[in-house]
Amino acid sequence: MKDVELKMLERAKALLENGEVARVIGWKKGEFFFDPSPATFESVEELENGFVYNWFCGANLSKYLIAASKKEGKTAVFLKPCDTYSFNQLVKEHRIKRENIYVIAVECLGKLNIEGIKAKGLSMIESVEVDGKDVIVTTAYGKETLSKPEVVLTKCATCTKTHQVKDEEIILHEVPVRDVDRFAEVAKLEAMTADERFAFWREQLSKCIRCNACRNVCPACSCVKCVFDNPASGISAKANDDEFEEQLFHIIRAFHVAGRCTDCGECSRVCPQNIPLHLLNRKFIKDIDSLYGEYQAGETSEGKTPLTSYTEGDAEPKDVFSGEAK
Amino acid sequence: MQRIGVFICWCGSNIAATVDVEKVAEVIKSEPGVVFSANYQYMCSENGQQLIKQAIKEHNLTGVVVGACSPRMHEATFRKAAEEAGLNPYMVEIANIREHCSWIHKDMEDATEKAVVLVRTAIAKVKLNAPLTAGESPVVKRALVIGGGIAGIQAALDIAEAGFEVDIVEKNATIGGRMAQIDKTFPTLDCSACILTPKMVDCAQHEKIDILSYSEIEEVKGFVGNFSVKIRRKARYVDETKCTGCKICMEKCPSKKGLNEFNMGLNTRPAIYIPFAQAIPNVAVIDPSQCIKMKTGKCGICQKFCGVGAIDYEQKDSFIERQYGAIVVATGFKPINLDAFNEYGYNDNKDVITSLELERLMNAAGPTNGVLLRPSDGEHPKVITFIQCVGSRDTSGCGKPYCSKICCMYTAKHAMLIREKYPDTEVHVFYIDVRTPGKNYDEFYRRAVEQYGVDYIKGMVGKVYNENGKLMVQGSNLIDNEQITIESDLVVLAAAIEPEPSVRKIATLLTTSIDTNNFLTESHAKLRPVESPTAGVYLAGVCQGPKDIPETVSQASACAAKVIGLLVKDKLKTNPCVASPDEMMCNGCSQCANVCAYGAITYVDKEFRLGGGKTEIRRVASVNPAVCQGCGACTVTCPSGAMDLKGFSSKQIMSEVEAICKK
Repeated sequence: MKDVELKMLERAKALLENGEVARVIGWKKGEFFFDPSPATFESVEELENGFVYNWFCGANLSKYLIAASKKEGKTAVFLKPCDTYSFNQLVKEHRIKRENIYVIAVECLGKLNIEGIKAKGLSMIESVEVDGKDVIVTTAYGKETLSKPEVVLTKCATCTKTHQVKDEEIILHEVPVRDVDRFAEVAKLEAMTADERFAFWREQLSKCIRCNACRNVCPACSCVKCVFDNPASGISAKANDDEFEEQLFHIIRAFHVAGRCTDCGECSRVCPQNIPLHLLNRKFIKDIDSLYGEYQAGETSEGKTPLTSYTEGDAEPKDVFSGEAK
Repeated sequence: MQRIGVFICWCGSNIAATVDVEKVAEVIKSEPGVVFSANYQYMCSENGQQLIKQAIKEHNLTGVVVGACSPRMHEATFRKAAEEAGLNPYMVEIANIREHCSWIHKDMEDATEKAVVLVRTAIAKVKLNAPLTAGESPVVKRALVIGGGIAGIQAALDIAEAGFEVDIVEKNATIGGRMAQIDKTFPTLDCSACILTPKMVDCAQHEKIDILSYSEIEEVKGFVGNFSVKIRRKARYVDETKCTGCKICMEKCPSKKGLNEFNMGLNTRPAIYIPFAQAIPNVAVIDPSQCIKMKTGKCGICQKFCGVGAIDYEQKDSFIERQYGAIVVATGFKPINLDAFNEYGYNDNKDVITSLELERLMNAAGPTNGVLLRPSDGEHPKVITFIQCVGSRDTSGCGKPYCSKICCMYTAKHAMLIREKYPDTEVHVFYIDVRTPGKNYDEFYRRAVEQYGVDYIKGMVGKVYNENGKLMVQGSNLIDNEQITIESDLVVLAAAIEPEPSVRKIATLLTTSIDTNNFLTESHAKLRPVESPTAGVYLAGVCQGPKDIPETVSQASACAAKVIGLLVKDKLKTNPCVASPDEMMCNGCSQCANVCAYGAITYVDKEFRLGGGKTEIRRVASVNPAVCQGCGACTVTCPSGAMDLKGFSSKQIMSEVEAICKK
């Protein structure tokens, strides 16, 4: 990982120095090594002081490019495989000006979830290293080895994504091919009775504190004015009213991003209440796949999307309700 | 301050018998904003309209709610009345207390309660209505006819005779359709080709008609008066402008194994062919699945012999785009597939044929030159059994639930013609009912029975099986209450007819509706039988429902009258209920444009002030009000709610929902 970080830093510096780009978007050091955050670097000094790329750089940087691509000069950005789908989707929706962005595709072997590590009973964490499927955590009390699949971010656990867009790439290690079923959790929910499912979601969504982190981080939630911030929409106040309407907030949001959600998993990653919000989106994705044929939002930055295009072979309403579509 | 008038219609007893109209009018009086409330026997009558006009003037009304029938029926009537009294016509709302209430409820108390809610809902909406003004759009003076059968031919000729340009788009290599395949027509027994082919020739020669044969509709954009249609001209591998129809290619072509579609596959034709002698255009077409040159690269005999150099193996599909003011759909029918009817042995016995195949066997230009010979051994059949309602009036799920309407008559025709030409032939007909409504139809059928001695057996056939080379038709005779078996040489199945399958695609392209049997739906079963629900699209022939030739021709002429009525107008009033974006909220994401079926949405870059002297250029949606049809698809797609529909704003709809839910 360190070698990848060094190579990235070197490229970032070069791009800024030779004037090819006016800024670089990447991750900078936080208070601890495990809480890096997205950042814009405009000089070599800034890079040298703070640039980082490690096992905890899970944040999706593509949404920052909406604003960056409108600025003067080019912006270089480091995108992990999953981030490139969001990038494409935003280009498709004319939110990012592609010509103003220089995409550096970076290697990702799955990012770690510090909360997951802490949940294993570890504290006073000093460093974390990864060796294949082992995560070696050094704490003030000694070394502990954890199983990597148990402590990766939820979104990484079922990731099979590959880079969809790149102007150059920094990939030094071979990424193992993964074969996982990202819909397994959704299938479990589908197997429940309606009452069980309702109870499940009521319990989950009642934890919501309406911090808006899920919306703010979501690349698909990039409206100039969000309906939940717009009193004229008639739903902004309702979504604050009570526990039940809190649920509506998430359901409305899931509908708004349906067909556009790339399954980047940021919503669940940032939720301070650990609500598995990505499952709502995945249910939509699974349904779209079964009703209209497999579709991955953000695979390209052009073309039609199943929910906003009509073709003769589209599922009829009766097929939708009987679940008998292709 | 809003001043709303409410007018409750009795619709004679249609509403008043189930809804206490006086009570509704009384209860509604106390609704906030309502200053006048009345009920009347027929609100749509001259007196009823007068009542509305008077109230608008006397009470200075700002909005009108009429509790009456569906807005599809009389919304225009009441809007016009309001306009005449000086109120903007779009300040009128209809509460449908007939179709949505009185007609579907039995209990008066419940129905009255619901009527009150429906009227309250309309009041909630009208309070948010804003005056709207209709715009204008020009009319392209050219019509498109889809389908070149008798329906399309008749419609095209009538429209062209009125002086308008017409294009006929026909997917086959020639126009003529099913009627060209038929031998004789009931009830007059005149030769089908003799009355059809002159009309085909008229089409070809008419200066206003352009026949686009071997072509299909690819894309339709626009709206009434302004359709833009992309047409695929399929590669026929023969240059239409050069081919003289000399048929030397047909003679020389060494590949002669293609099934002759025109003869229902009863004989074969060359790989390069003209479908039949009187084809229009009289131009050959190559079937690439049979052509040796196209399959193996070796041959090219037709090219060698063609005196005018018309053969072009490299020809590709081409596309043309044309503008039309009106579209007539006349896509016709086909007999159903009989795979689901094993009991009749159609797939197992060569001598079990369909009625359309019999037409070809009896036609002088058919595979047997008009001599009735059975397909298996070319012998004269001595006993022929007809089976009616094969797949028609069938609720088992194998066939169609409807009556195909033409089979009773053509079976009587076939039976009569056979008895006339071959008096030594025995003819039996199994039927459920004989249906002969139509001028001279019952007389025709009676002639078959009484004059020609055709044996009509009331009852259904259970099974047709082959025994020692004879077709055994086992059925019930309901009159004599017995099971009978008829030893036959030929069995003719009156297969149900269904809309030509390509109509589904066309309906989709035209955004017009289709019923569960794939028949196109007319706008109103009684009062608008040739109009589709999509403005500017008209329906002729079997695509709309089973019908015979006289009915088809009548409907086609009716379509033509409607089209002419549209095309003589220079301008049409446009619907002011169109979408418009709030640019401050628009993301420019293109989702609205993606769902817009009319291509009404484009994008512009606009400069917005951000405050602090800064500006930002953003891509925002822009709606062309002349093209927008107000369907609202964009409004529900827009994630930020920037798109709204005039006259049906999200706020209006939400206030209606709230009025319904309010206790």
